[in-house]
Amino acid sequence: MSQQNPDVLPHAAAGSVGLIEPQVHHFDTPLELECGRTLPTYDLVYETYGTLNRDASNAVLICHALSGHHHAAGYHRPDDKRPGWWDTCIGPGKVIDTDRFFVVSLNNLGGCHGSTGPASINPETGQPWGPDFPMMTVKDWVNSQARLADVLGIQRWAAVIGGSMGGMQALQWSIDYPERLSHAVVIAAAPKLSAQNIAFNEVARQSILTDPNFHGGRYYLHDTYPRQGLILARMVGHITYLSDDAMRMKFGRDLRAGRFHFGFDVEFQVESYLRHQGEVFSRNFDANTYLLMTKALDYFDPAREFDHSLEQALAKPSCNFLVMSFTSDWRFAPERSREIVNGLVHAGRNVSYAEIDTPKGHDAFLLDIPEYTKLFGAYMHRVANEVENSANETESRTENAGASADA
Amino acid sequence: MRDDLQLISDWIPENATLLDLGCGDGTLLAHLKTHKQTAGYGLEINQDNLAACFEKGVNVLEQDLDGGLGNFQDHRFDYVVMTQALQAVLRPDQILNEMVRVGREAIITFPNFGHWKVRAYLGLKGRMPVSSALPYEWYNTPNIHLCTVQDFETHCRKHGIRILERQVINRNHRTSVLSKWWPNLFGEIAIYRVKG
Repeated sequence: MSQQNPDVLPHAAAGSVGLIEPQVHHFDTPLELECGRTLPTYDLVYETYGTLNRDASNAVLICHALSGHHHAAGYHRPDDKRPGWWDTCIGPGKVIDTDRFFVVSLNNLGGCHGSTGPASINPETGQPWGPDFPMMTVKDWVNSQARLADVLGIQRWAAVIGGSMGGMQALQWSIDYPERLSHAVVIAAAPKLSAQNIAFNEVARQSILTDPNFHGGRYYLHDTYPRQGLILARMVGHITYLSDDAMRMKFGRDLRAGRFHFGFDVEFQVESYLRHQGEVFSRNFDANTYLLMTKALDYFDPAREFDHSLEQALAKPSCNFLVMSFTSDWRFAPERSREIVNGLVHAGRNVSYAEIDTPKGHDAFLLDIPEYTKLFGAYMHRVANEVENSANETESRTENAGASADA
Repeated sequence: MRDDLQLISDWIPENATLLDLGCGDGTLLAHLKTHKQTAGYGLEINQDNLAACFEKGVNVLEQDLDGGLGNFQDHRFDYVVMTQALQAVLRPDQILNEMVRVGREAIITFPNFGHWKVRAYLGLKGRMPVSSALPYEWYNTPNIHLCTVQDFETHCRKHGIRILERQVINRNHRTSVLSKWWPNLFGEIAIYRVKG
């Protein structure tokens, strides 16, 4: 940030959306789910940044990734050490410019940060849902997000944006609600998971499921949680978020104490880092949510109901697409993004594609990488211009209509 | 807009679909989209150009021409256009084949290495030619496969590529009587419309 004044708290610095208060909306209309079950009532927690314009045409939806949530930008409290998870991209003057856009970011159903999920109370039993919470799919999330859009009075999103699993939601939006978005921004995503992707998810799940503290998913009743399982799940996940190069640059073979101990305690820096990441994650994330989110990823395959043809699946969308990938991402490698691009090109859709050259791996989508920021920014600039031009047109039409009525 | 781009856009009918190889900042695509309601994509690898296309609202895909056009189906586009890039690709013959496969027609422009000034430069000075159409030194030029009007036409004949139309223009992007009669000697930039 330009201001280096140590007296200025981060939330008050230029480029920050500042202090943010999450909001909760309670939905009473049952939501039918892809698995065949119905969620009778539910809550969605969300945050908004910026101001909705008069014709509600400047709204942007942010879809979160596996371990994400509604808190994408700004700070909840002045003493928060870190801002929301996508603060690098969202704020005044940033790529997703809150001076121009009204940004909505929610926690998906099944989550553990305030929206209804496995840790919530099942109204029928008075107990936490636990393993009885219905399985969610990307499609279900998109349906619930559309209802949130209704509540907020947003008929059509200027853009639906997401990285990784969030990108999959943006893609699903374009297929399921083609008339309700102008742009879909799909970053570091894939049209479906590969066998290797599913394999990594399964290792993560097994580590949770086989933790003795898992108690069949009813650990809430035993006042415990599968800590070790969650740590392992996060550790294996985290390896896939970084690239070989990124790990080499960050840790190399550095030893914590500078010499071998010939034991199984933490010796290499990379071990220490992974254990720390796992530890922090296990304290802040619900195991049942992790199981559910990884399963939703595994199930994602929009081409499946179109005879396994991505081209046919993408025949409906009328929005413009921006697809971006990162060269060193091996979780969802550039080839996976190009599958989406090719599907869109074959279907004759408007699409632009950029491949960002970076050693940062999958997590690059969360970082401020100059080339990424520049290209993403250029695209969002165009989106904002379109919104403002059409808003001006509407205004001048209304004024003209007013003038002729006066006459 | 550059005059060679203007010439090309005159050749393209309304509502055509296009693929522009090495589309630069998207000027041609944006112009055709506005004036002829065309649809299509540009391919580009330069970051600043990609950003410029994004801003213009032109569809652009980051893709290296040397990797081929395998991701596009046969006759997917009415026109595949490549301006001033033929001489810079690894295998001009292969990209030409790809262009006439993916497009019903292809439009190609390149600097003519047979122009009399180029010949004179090499013949008299004994050094690799440098000019406004070929502004690089031998060691830093991206132009690794330069050819003449005659080379190009011979290649097309040999490989069953039909030449539908030809324009050769000078440095100021004008056609002259001389370049009409002796294109290989007096044309600085050659523009072709071809078909597979």
